[in-house]
Parts: sequence; structure tokens; C-alpha cells
Amino acid sequence: MLRYTLKRLLSLTLSLAVASMVIFAVIEVAPGDPASFMLGVNAQPDTLAALRTELGLDVPKTERYLTWVGGMLTGDFGTSYTYRTPVSQMIADRMWVSLPLALYALTLSTLIAFPAGIYAASRRGKPGDIAVMGATQLGVAVPNFWFAMMLVLVFAINLRWFNAGGFAGWDKGFGPAMQSLTLPAIALALPQAAILARVMRSALLDVLGEDFMRTARAKGLSRRQALWRHGLRNALIPVLTIIGLQFSFLLAGSIIIEQVFYLPGLGRLVFQAISSRDLIVVESVVMLLVFAVIVVNFVVDLAYAAVDPRLKSRT
Amino acid sequence: MNLLEIRNLSLSIGAHNILKGVDLSLSPGEIVAVTGESGSGKSMTALSVMQLLPETAEASGSIQLEEQELLDLPEDQLCALRGQSIGMVFQEPMTALNPVKSIGDQVMETILIHKALPPAQAEERAREVLTRVGLPPNRFPLSRFPHELSGGQRQRVVIAMAIALRPRLLIADEPTTALDVTTQAQILDLLQGLVTEYGMGMLMITHDLAVVADLADHIVVMRHGEVVETGHTRHLLRHMQHPYTRMLFEASDHQVTLPPVPDLQPLLAVADVVRDYRKPRTRLFAPPEFHRAVDGVSFTLHRGERLGLVGESGCGKSTLTRAILGLEEVQQGHILLDGSTVFSGHKPDRAVRRKMQVVFQDPFGSFNPRHKVHRLITEPFYLMDAPPKGTERSDRIAEMLAAVGLSPDDASKYIHEFSGGQRQRIAIARALITRPKLILFDEAVSALDVSVRAQILDLLAELCEAYDLTYLFISHDLNVVRTITDRVMVMQAGKIVEQGDTEQVFSDPQHPYTEALLAAAPRLPKITRGVA
Repeated sequence: MLRYTLKRLLSLTLSLAVASMVIFAVIEVAPGDPASFMLGVNAQPDTLAALRTELGLDVPKTERYLTWVGGMLTGDFGTSYTYRTPVSQMIADRMWVSLPLALYALTLSTLIAFPAGIYAASRRGKPGDIAVMGATQLGVAVPNFWFAMMLVLVFAINLRWFNAGGFAGWDKGFGPAMQSLTLPAIALALPQAAILARVMRSALLDVLGEDFMRTARAKGLSRRQALWRHGLRNALIPVLTIIGLQFSFLLAGSIIIEQVFYLPGLGRLVFQAISSRDLIVVESVVMLLVFAVIVVNFVVDLAYAAVDPRLKSRT
Repeated sequence: MNLLEIRNLSLSIGAHNILKGVDLSLSPGEIVAVTGESGSGKSMTALSVMQLLPETAEASGSIQLEEQELLDLPEDQLCALRGQSIGMVFQEPMTALNPVKSIGDQVMETILIHKALPPAQAEERAREVLTRVGLPPNRFPLSRFPHELSGGQRQRVVIAMAIALRPRLLIADEPTTALDVTTQAQILDLLQGLVTEYGMGMLMITHDLAVVADLADHIVVMRHGEVVETGHTRHLLRHMQHPYTRMLFEASDHQVTLPPVPDLQPLLAVADVVRDYRKPRTRLFAPPEFHRAVDGVSFTLHRGERLGLVGESGCGKSTLTRAILGLEEVQQGHILLDGSTVFSGHKPDRAVRRKMQVVFQDPFGSFNPRHKVHRLITEPFYLMDAPPKGTERSDRIAEMLAAVGLSPDDASKYIHEFSGGQRQRIAIARALITRPKLILFDEAVSALDVSVRAQILDLLAELCEAYDLTYLFISHDLNVVRTITDRVMVMQAGKIVEQGDTEQVFSDPQHPYTEALLAAAPRLPKITRGVA
């Protein structure tokens, strides 16, 4: 297990190094000079040059890359071109919204998907299965912003249980902050839960057809016991893969939901930074998201090995 | 009192009648073998006793275990019986165990699920039964996982699970079909020993009549869901009443006559061939280790000769086959076909490659299901510089289909419209269509029922006559190799340990491994032939 973990760690570090180079290269070749964008088309050449020097845009690219990476390693993400504030502070503020939101949504989606998928698989072809599958079909098809709007209509406007938007802030306490994240989390979780439930069901159905399930039944396990003791753990591998992908998506991909609920999250930050050519913010946020995805994959890899002993000896 | 009494058992799944009035009985300490070809309903009979049938199956009649009727027992009581009073061993040891649970947990589960013993004692019992089946915990700790064991060892674990609570009835469904002959002999020994020791009754499902004749006290022969003949083993072998039974036994020991070999002209020369596989690294910067799958193999195959290659799984048969076909490069030595090397540089030589074809084991997996037969069997034409076109092509297709006993009209059908035996005929037609100088048969009849196998062997003998075939016949089935080859090679751990005239090697083996292999193979008693 230790060797497996070390190998995964090594691959994690290499992926991060490669990712940082790719991100830097891609963003550097993208058209649009931040300095001329900030000063407008009529800027004087000497003002422009001065700003470029100030922003550190006049040094060679390799040096800028090394400064950028070195800075990130020490927690210094540079200064935003547009807002002139430290990028690390901007990201940290947004992270306190996006990360809890993603975790909240993921927890909800897993809590809905597991029972639904297991229930459907154990009643294959029966009315219960058909009902769950119909519901997940709907969940996959309907976009999450529509769910968001419906949730706002019902729970914020009619019932007044929640605020329609905005973020209370963690300084107001855990309760109010979670309350303002609840409707967005549900809206994000429902489509993800639908996908996850379908994956759970089909993975379980695959496992139920395996020879060892019949062996388990021949030992005297009931259908239900066989499913819980032998089926579930074997079905977890594809499910874990999807959970890993969903977390990465939820962290960065919630921009529409952030707009609907007016939440100051990472998605909105990137969107604004791209519109104003605030390259250093874009680079840093993208790098951070890549970091998150790679770390999540690392955790998923460890989870695979915990679930399936064959992986430990194979690698 | 009989332990198991099946009366007039019928079973249908949807519109299909799987079993039709099956009668069978079994006493304690007795081994009853149910035999027949695929689709005869023998496995369904076993699953009916376990009541582990598909949900849509409907059974009628009566199955009594010690005078308790199983067919109308509620599910929870059946669960209490399974594992406790009836144990079951399955065919595929590689997949019958849960890959993510240790063998100790899986054996203990049988004991714990029936609350037969408290956990600490259950573990003790698990150690005992694992030791009894030949997996002592000092060498095979309970914490081992199935993937760390060989096929035979896994089958021992499955047996340990089945006998942990000393059931009165043990059902074994093709328990040795997936195993090598020597492993098969050990597992059969173990099962027989357990029956005697525990006084269990054993219902054994198998298609292998040699195993049946060796092991069973009673034989039940089934065909199309019906019992066609039943009787005491010795009696039934002497006085077979039903023509189907006689056909089965004759087909199992089917002999063919091959045409004589013409003068010895070398066709395939294999010299000092070595094939290494790189093992996964044990440490990050450790020097790579190699597994030598083929170790200094040399032999010559002459034109018109039929050469056999036998050995157990993992002995390097398949690797050698792939090397001859030019699918893999060898590390040392060379392979010459008709005087030219199969590999030129690091690429297989097309000019050499087109002189040989291969027929594989699995008639269901070796065809593209989306192509019609005419396209499937003309695939080797891609190797030719000027493949036949137009009427020449269709004539050749018709000729080949006729040669393997099919109709030229079959060319426009898809592969799913054919049975296993017919598919193997099509595979032979595909191999023959370019008139290759050499054909490799890689376990080509191993997946077939005995009667179909006999027909394919006859076909091969006819084709030898008509097309002067030269082939290398790779098989683990010694009986088949004995009749279909002139010369045979015995392979063990990558080396050819013995080669010589087939009859000579089989009747007077020189190498101890050959002796062991022949001794382990179950044999049909001679009394079966010529007695009606």
C-alpha cells in the first residue's frame, strides 16, 4: 500500500508540473495584452511601457513562469492587474464559498444517488426500478439552472424558508451561511445525483450477474445479504470514478448557479477575470482548479486501492 | 431413505421447456453423475435442487431432501438450507470467488451466516477446512485474496466454503472442467475423499464421460431436458440401452484414421527459440526481471505431417504459437517457414505470414458478428498480393464451404445463425481458403460437445486426405491429440521435455512429466466399445 501511495504521489507531482507549464503557455499565447486592455486603445506608448514594466510583463517568458510557479509555492499568487489586490486573497475569499458549496452538493448527490441506485438495481424491471429510472432520466435532461429557478420560486418566494440569493458569509455563523448555500447545493446536486444513481444501478447490475454472487447465494445468503456484502463493494469502482469527476466539475462548473443565486464563487471570479484580461487571476484560478482535480484523482486512486485489493499488488 | 429424491421435475423459462419429467435419486455416501451435452439441462437440474433458478423459471414435480419438499419451501427456509445442508461447487474457480474479500472471510461467511459458531470458533473451523482441502494456513494465510491463488487453489477454496458446515448433499457443477489434468485429478481425489469421510451424497454434473466412469456410483444421462438412461456405473457401462448413451461414449473416444505422411521434407524449423516477458518491477529502481515463457525450444515440422503440442496451462504453448504466427517477436533463436524467417527485422514478413493460418478455441469469440460468412472466410485474402476476384472468389468460397460440410448458400448468412460446431467449420474454411502450407489449431475442438468434436475430427481427417494438410495441433486434451496427430511434443515450463511418434509417446512415455500427465488423465474404460 505504501508503494502504491508513493507511486500515485509521484504521478501527482509530475501532473502538476506539466499542467502548470501548459496553463502558462496557453494563456501567454492567447491574444490580448492586459496592459493595452487596461489603458484602452488611445494609450501613449510610454505609459503603456511603464505599465508593462510595473506588471512584470517585459521580462522573458521563462523568468515569468519561474516567478509565477515559485510564488505559488510560497502562497504568493501575484497581484491582480485589474483590482491591484493580491490574487491569493481574492481566491481565498471565493474559495470559502465554492469549496463548501461543492462539498455540500456532492454530499447531497451521493446521499440521494446511493439509495436510489441500490433500490433500482435490487428491483430490476419492477415498478420501483422504472420509477427511479424515469426520475433520473428527468434529472439528467433538465438543466440545473431551471431547477434553481423552481427552487427559488417554491422555497424562497412562496414558502420563504430560504433567501432567494446572496451569501450570508461565514462570519454570521454556520447556520445562516449553510442556509444560503442550501438551495444552490440542491440545484447542483439533483442532476449529478441522477447521473450517479444510474451509474450505481448499472454497476450493481453488472456485479449481480457475476459468478461470485451465485456462490454467495449458494452459501445461504439471501438476495439482500448478497447484494450488501458482496455486490456493493465490487460496484464501487465506477461509482468512485464518477464521484471524483463530479467534485471537480462542481468546484469550477457552478458558474451558472452562482449567477442565479448571486454567490461570490470561483466561477464568477474566473468569468470576470477573463472578460477583463486579468491573466494572472485566470492563470492562478485555473492552476488551483487543476490542483484540486489532480488531488481529487489522487484520493480516488487511494479509494480504489482500499476497495479492490488487486490494485495494490498490480502496481 | 434416499438423501435426494427428484420426481417428475419439469422446468420452463418463458416458452422454453428446459426440463421434462426428470427423475433422480441419491443416497448418503453415494456419487451420482449427471452427464450430457450442452443444453441437456444437467446444470439446470443442479440449480433446481439449490432453488437458484432465474426468476422467470417455473418448476413442477417434486424435489425432496431427506423427505423435505424443496419446491414449496419459502425463500428464508431455503436460505437456511443452502450452505448448511446443501453445498455447491461451481465450474469457474477464477470467477466464483469475490475478488475483494480474503479467502478466510469467504470461508468464514458460510459458517457465520448460518450462525453455526461464534466468530472466534468460526475462524478456527475455517482453518480446519482449508487445511482439509489442502490449503494449510501456514502456507496459505486466511488473509490471502483470490487473485493471489492459482485456479486449482481457488477451486479448493470454493470446496472449503461448500463443505465448511459438512452439508449432507454436495452439488458439484463441472468442478474440474476449467482445470488442467493433473489439477483435475487432485480435485477429483479431494471430492471423493470428502464424500467418504463425511458420508455426504454428491451430485456431480459433468460432460466428461471419463471422469464420470472413474468417479460415479450411478450415472444419469440427459438429453434435451430428459433423462434418457440411468443406472449403476458398472452396469450401465456394460449394458448401454439407449442409442444416445452409446453415441456419447463412442464419440468421447472417437478415433480417426489419418493418411500416411509423405516423405519427410522440413516445412517449419524452430531452433532454440526463447521468449521472455518482462515482469512488473518489485521496486521503483530495481533492475527488470523476466519470465521465460518459452525456453530454448527446437523442433522441425515436416510437410504433410500432423504434429501435436500438449502441456498444462502456463507451460508456454500459446506463447510458442504466437511466436510461430509472427504475432510476437522472440528474443533468441529463429523460426523458419519454408526456408524464410517469420520475422524480418522487427516486422512479421507478409510473404511468410500468408503461408500459415490459425483456428482458435472459441467458436463464439473469433468472428466479427457484423460481417457475413463470405466476408469472414475471405479475410485471409488480404494477405495476398492478387486475391481472387469475381466468380473466382465466389467459386472459392463455395468450394471451401462445401469442403467443411456446409452449403454454399451459407455464405450470405451472419455468424449468429450457426451453432458452435458449424462456426468451427467456418473457422476451418477461413483457415483453408488461401491453401496455406501450415495450419495451427489452438485448442480448436476443446470448447465443443463430444458428438460435435467427433464430427470435426472426422472433417480434419478428410481434409488431410483432400488437401494434404500440415498442422500443429495444440491441445490439453490427450485423447484428441492421440488420434489426430502423427507426432507429439510435450511441453513443461517453457521447454519441450519429450517428443516422438504419438503412439510411442503415449504407450511408452520416457519423461516423468509425460508419465504424470498421462496418469492424471481420466480414461474411458475399454468395456464401452463394441458392447450393445
